[in-house]
Amino acid sequence: MQADARRIAPSTVVLASAALAFVSMVAFMTIGAKGSWSFLLSFRGTKLLGMVLVAYAIAVSTVLFQTISGNRILTPSIIGFDAMYTLLQTIMVFFLGAAGASSVDPRLQFLVETAVMVGLSLLLFRALFSGASRSLHLLMLVGVILGGLFRSLSSFLQRILDPNEFVVLQDRLFASFNSIDANLLGIAAVATLAVTFVLWRLSPTFDVLSLGREASIGLGVDHQRVVTLLLVLIAVLVSISTALVGPVTFFGLLVASLAWQLTPTASHRYVLPVAVCIAIATLVGGQVILERLFSFNTALSIVIEFFGGLVFIFLLVRGSAR
Amino acid sequence: MTKPVLIAIPVILLLAAASVFTGVGSLATSDDGRGWFLVVESRLPRTLALMLAGAGLAVSGTIMQMLARNRFVEPSTAGTAESAALGMLLAMLIAPNLPVAGKMAFATLTALAGTALFLQILRRIPLRSELMVPLIGLMLGGVINAITTFIAYRYDLMQSMGAWMSGDFSVVLRGRYELLWIGFALTLVAYATAARFTVIGMGEAIARNVGLNYDKVVTLGLAIVSMVTATVVATVGMIPFLGLVVPNIVSLIMGDNLRRTLPVVAISGAGLVLACDIVGRLLIAPYEIPVGTVMGVIGSLIFLHLLLSRRSHAG
Repeated sequence: MQADARRIAPSTVVLASAALAFVSMVAFMTIGAKGSWSFLLSFRGTKLLGMVLVAYAIAVSTVLFQTISGNRILTPSIIGFDAMYTLLQTIMVFFLGAAGASSVDPRLQFLVETAVMVGLSLLLFRALFSGASRSLHLLMLVGVILGGLFRSLSSFLQRILDPNEFVVLQDRLFASFNSIDANLLGIAAVATLAVTFVLWRLSPTFDVLSLGREASIGLGVDHQRVVTLLLVLIAVLVSISTALVGPVTFFGLLVASLAWQLTPTASHRYVLPVAVCIAIATLVGGQVILERLFSFNTALSIVIEFFGGLVFIFLLVRGSAR
Repeated sequence: MTKPVLIAIPVILLLAAASVFTGVGSLATSDDGRGWFLVVESRLPRTLALMLAGAGLAVSGTIMQMLARNRFVEPSTAGTAESAALGMLLAMLIAPNLPVAGKMAFATLTALAGTALFLQILRRIPLRSELMVPLIGLMLGGVINAITTFIAYRYDLMQSMGAWMSGDFSVVLRGRYELLWIGFALTLVAYATAARFTVIGMGEAIARNVGLNYDKVVTLGLAIVSMVTATVVATVGMIPFLGLVVPNIVSLIMGDNLRRTLPVVAISGAGLVLACDIVGRLLIAPYEIPVGTVMGVIGSLIFLHLLLSRRSHAG
């Protein structure tokens, strides 16, 4: 398998994954379609757009995060980033009340939360990545525990909440690809486009960054500035995906490791699009299979957690054996 | 009796008394015996359950740390608690009419299997960093939890599962917690065999050298840990980090001779759970925050502290 994959041209892999993503999108829109197309387009179309945005945000943020950290096991969500976003949301409801939080325009809310998220994550990243001698495993473990702390704090606050408000909040926080908040789609799409634009400008440096800090400084990259900027963009992407579907721990890891494996070169020109296409194919295709073929509803996130967790353990065990 | 034990006993008695007198219903409702009824049927069982669960989990954590030779392992960071929960769920589905003790036996078996799997994975890793061990355990727990969630989701049991997974003692009444005494009996067994676990903690080679039947002791340890975890999960749900925080702090103060430290570990475990439960009951009275949630916050903070301060010692 491995030897064969090496001989395939990278553009072929990109095309193949794009085709897969396309097929799953078409399948999502058409399988079991009854009724008028105008209804279908608006109903399934918004859902599809939401899933594509989420897939894009998670895939890109994970791949870039792995590039910066020089590690293929770390992802923003494994070290507790979407848990942080969930905690922010809980704090918001806690201080404003469910009625108060609902009366605030969700788009405004999203902007404020994203801004706070960017600030907090920069602080946290700085703390974690300063000091080159920090052990990777310590970093991961601290991240995992921090994520757990954020989750416990969230549920702690949720308990203190009035039980009625708790129900409202819980609805908003359970990871589900089925109940994407349509109010947020517009602003999420705009934010994604803006992030993509900046990423496009930065893209020539990605491959250099993956050589490590010293090498990239040697090659003339303003490492500090680029990495900080990328961290901001990653925080925005994490906010987008979490705002739309809630926290999912392992999806990014699953998609990114597949992309690194399948793409013959480690060049970001190929890896990034492949990761995005695989993410779309997994998310949309998985939704089609579970929803249409097995008539499950929100189980997709659970299935992804399962396989993603296995991949994580596999990577850890293999990585340490080397 | 060592000095720490002598200090700890009055503290825990005070906590237990506070626990009995904390609650919504007033105990001083005159002479019609209602106050007494409340104490016997609800308050006392709850206080006892808290102490038994706390002591059992803290001792289990200590034993696991010796077996895995790692400071950061305990039932909730090695997949044991999640496996026990999976067993409870399976028992609920396969034999819904089984009494709680039967379900608990089932949970013990899965907890045993899960923990053995964890130790097997560890054995496969030749050069393991100390920090990777809990990382693998946490992820294994996540995977097992995903399976449990999936099954619960398929059979519409999410709600009832959520209710008994979150370390909640508000359901404890007389007749609903007595299984925890089994856990206590096992804690005593652990104490009786403590010296062997101390030797196991020094490594397989040393243990075999001094003539210990290594595999037998490991199996005994696994059985104790799995059964204690299963009794706790079956009666009140999970209490994360307890078995990690207490043994670590005790070992920082008193060292690693289990024969000496285990009583302190057990008493401190009981005390910590009592304290967390009182906090959880007072904060939003008349509602309450489950002890598992309170422990999740406090425990992860202490865990982080242990992780980050340990590094500065090592340099």
